[in-house]
Amino acid sequence: MLTQSSNRLNNLLVPILSIILGFIFGALLMLVFGYNPILAYQAMLTGVFTSPYFFGEALRQATVLTFTGLGFAIAFKAGFFNIGIAGQVLVGWVSAIWVALAFPDLPRILLVTLSLLVGVIAGAVWAGMAGALRAYFGTNEVIVTIMLNYVALHVTNYLIRNVLSTGNTTERIGENASLRLDWLTTLTAGSRLNIGLFIAIVVVALYWVFMTQTTAGFEVRAVGLNPFASSYAGMSAARNIILSMVISGGLAGLGGAVHGLGTFGNIFTQSGLPNVGFDGIAVALLGLGNPIGIFFSAILFGILEVGAGFLPNQAGVPDEMASIVIAAIIFFVGANYLIRFFINKIQTNKQATEGGE
Amino acid sequence: MSETNKVIEMKGITKQFGNFKANDNIHLDLNKGEIHALLGENGAGKSTLMNILSGLLEPTEGEIWVNGDKVNISSPDVANQLGIGMVHQHFMLVDKFTVTENIMLGKEKHRFGFMDQSSAEEDVQKLSDQYGLRVDPKARISNISVGMQQRAEILKTLYRGADILIFDEPTGVLTPQEIDELMDIMKALVNEGKSIILITHKLDEIKQVADRCTVIRRGKSIDTVDVASTSQQELADMMVGRSVSFKVDKKPSNPQGPVLEINKLTVKEARGYDAVKAIDLEVKAGEILGIAGVDGNGQSELIQAITGLTKVDSGTIKLDGKDITNKKPRKITETGLGHIPEDRQRYGLVLEMKLEENMSLQTYYQKPFSNHGFLNHKEIKEHAKRLIEEFDVRTPSEEHTAASLSGGNQQKAIIAREIYRDPILLIAAQPTRGLDVGAIEYIHKRLIEQRDNGKGVILMSYELDEVMNVSDRIAVMYDGNIIAVVNADETNEKELGLLMAGVSLDKAHEEVADAEGKEKDTVANTK
Repeated sequence: MLTQSSNRLNNLLVPILSIILGFIFGALLMLVFGYNPILAYQAMLTGVFTSPYFFGEALRQATVLTFTGLGFAIAFKAGFFNIGIAGQVLVGWVSAIWVALAFPDLPRILLVTLSLLVGVIAGAVWAGMAGALRAYFGTNEVIVTIMLNYVALHVTNYLIRNVLSTGNTTERIGENASLRLDWLTTLTAGSRLNIGLFIAIVVVALYWVFMTQTTAGFEVRAVGLNPFASSYAGMSAARNIILSMVISGGLAGLGGAVHGLGTFGNIFTQSGLPNVGFDGIAVALLGLGNPIGIFFSAILFGILEVGAGFLPNQAGVPDEMASIVIAAIIFFVGANYLIRFFINKIQTNKQATEGGE
Repeated sequence: MSETNKVIEMKGITKQFGNFKANDNIHLDLNKGEIHALLGENGAGKSTLMNILSGLLEPTEGEIWVNGDKVNISSPDVANQLGIGMVHQHFMLVDKFTVTENIMLGKEKHRFGFMDQSSAEEDVQKLSDQYGLRVDPKARISNISVGMQQRAEILKTLYRGADILIFDEPTGVLTPQEIDELMDIMKALVNEGKSIILITHKLDEIKQVADRCTVIRRGKSIDTVDVASTSQQELADMMVGRSVSFKVDKKPSNPQGPVLEINKLTVKEARGYDAVKAIDLEVKAGEILGIAGVDGNGQSELIQAITGLTKVDSGTIKLDGKDITNKKPRKITETGLGHIPEDRQRYGLVLEMKLEENMSLQTYYQKPFSNHGFLNHKEIKEHAKRLIEEFDVRTPSEEHTAASLSGGNQQKAIIAREIYRDPILLIAAQPTRGLDVGAIEYIHKRLIEQRDNGKGVILMSYELDEVMNVSDRIAVMYDGNIIAVVNADETNEKELGLLMAGVSLDKAHEEVADAEGKEKDTVANTK
């Protein structure tokens, strides 16, 4: 049907076409409501790309989305739908801030590492609970992680109000715990872009190595694709369920810690679960579970989310339009069967005409 | 329009997948009122050819003529309109719907926008009577036998006006009685003016019903022959491309010490009752122990217990003198067990993974396939290439997914992987189900080779012929018990049949002796 190389090309073509179709759909919708789509897209792109500040902010957003996207992807590869990424982000965030506030006088390298690590562990434990429940009691991880999201939300708010501060916002963390780098801040005209970006790039590489080069990654993939054959081959399903959930939550927790130590420098009571959690699911789907794809789709989402801010003033378009474009892209990724169908159709037609020559 | 007798002509059909030609210049023609068999090994290209005819695939080259007109079958709808209908190997039926609802599906009868159930049921009944396809129009699919499900599937194509029916390996799931019935149905259909293409690799079925037979091998059409004047042996040789032996060729066994010792083993089934009831069993090095029995008498549970996939309730299992009772599958594999699982697609392979990854499915964590937790892709690939070469697994490359292989080659891949590890005990559960004679011969040879190398082999099969021809000793299971263990060359089909039905060995001896007394010589020993 398809050779290996053209298959790989198609895998790339599906997300790219989804993005294009998403933008077209958004444009049509804007036309229907009497907005000018060209002006709108222009406003978003020039807004992000001509200003170092907003470009830095887009990358900053992409950083966190890379962590949550990778987190969702690894659980998904193992056959689980970790919808609790948002809650895991939150526990990672609050734990990292807690450590940063508790030991303000530690040397910077030590304090940053310790805070990030505690954020990772918090996320890992949070998701690991759902993994263990699934592995030993067969509970449905979707329900458990949704419930754990709310537990995370309210526990975090409780901690902020009663333990970490007396109000709704904690103190700011000290210089020693911050992920910001002076040169990056200057380069991006004072944006909140931070060292998390480089950590994200390293984690993308590590994720790829883990999945394709290690025996543990081999097991995660095998268990996700066929748990029966995996147990026949002597792999432990329970072990792999817990392992993949722990890594998934650890990555989400790392995203939360970077959000806290890099983006905000504190934590404040939340009215709902952080969007970066749920957007990570979309990022992973658009990236088709491939770490490099996830990185690039995180950048796209970062640009769209930051660019949305330019819509009302520059183009007179409500900023929700950006969310609609994102939603449309995800819709077309989900409908990738349709896109593959058309690609195949075009290819067979091409072959037929070439054969006729 | 001069060739009015030909309902289908496929001329020079070529289908290319990348660099691989699944069909290479194939010719096939079907006369009106004929049963035309399409014979070929697993992976020879039969399914590809029929998918082209039914509009699921488009040929790279070649022409198709239907009733004297050149046609372009670009979709299954077009095939439908041309009167071509496919009876699928895996039925395309909705379990929760009734027979009538399934037959109507997509072509529902309605009155004023409401389904007209009763007139639809009448239609089905009429159709059913006309062709002798016994079905209950009101029965739910999930409640009827496999044979009746197949008849519903046939009715579905007839209801859509098919004149040309393609039967894709229709007998694989049927009992012997149902097979006879199906053969009668096919004859009745051609008497009513239908034409049939029968895809199969079962030679006796071809001899029984087909008029002509087209043999394809490795994507090429070899010949079209008149069935009546061609012997089964000739058909088999043509299909495989060399002389095939139906007789299993083996030396007497030379059994040594025990490799597997099972003592008072009880295994509970998922719902909690005893599936295996306190059995004792021994397998020696250098022998093949056959396990015979009707499906569902505890054979599967016994094997799952030995391989560690099911918990043992009580009793002990020793492999090579070491206790493996309730050990993890990995530990048991490492102790020296090879397992060709009964459900090869569910247990034997990760279909979506590359073939090369599947070839190291149990050994990926060992040297040389990995080192300190990192995979050595080069070794994994070379190992896969070696196995593909040595066991003649037909695949475009080791990088293709296991799913892209034909059923027979998937099985060969599993067998290659299991035998190459050179296990002390090899368990082969239904190793030849659904395979063609060439592949079956090959697999039997490999099992015997394993035995001759001084290893133990368990062969579990529901096919009596296979158990009798390949095994040295045969354990018969009935209702969770091992009712008898007999020597393969001292028993016969009749005795085994009685044992499988739960008759005790003494009683079975008597009955067989009686029968022999009455009709001397007719019951020969199978030696």
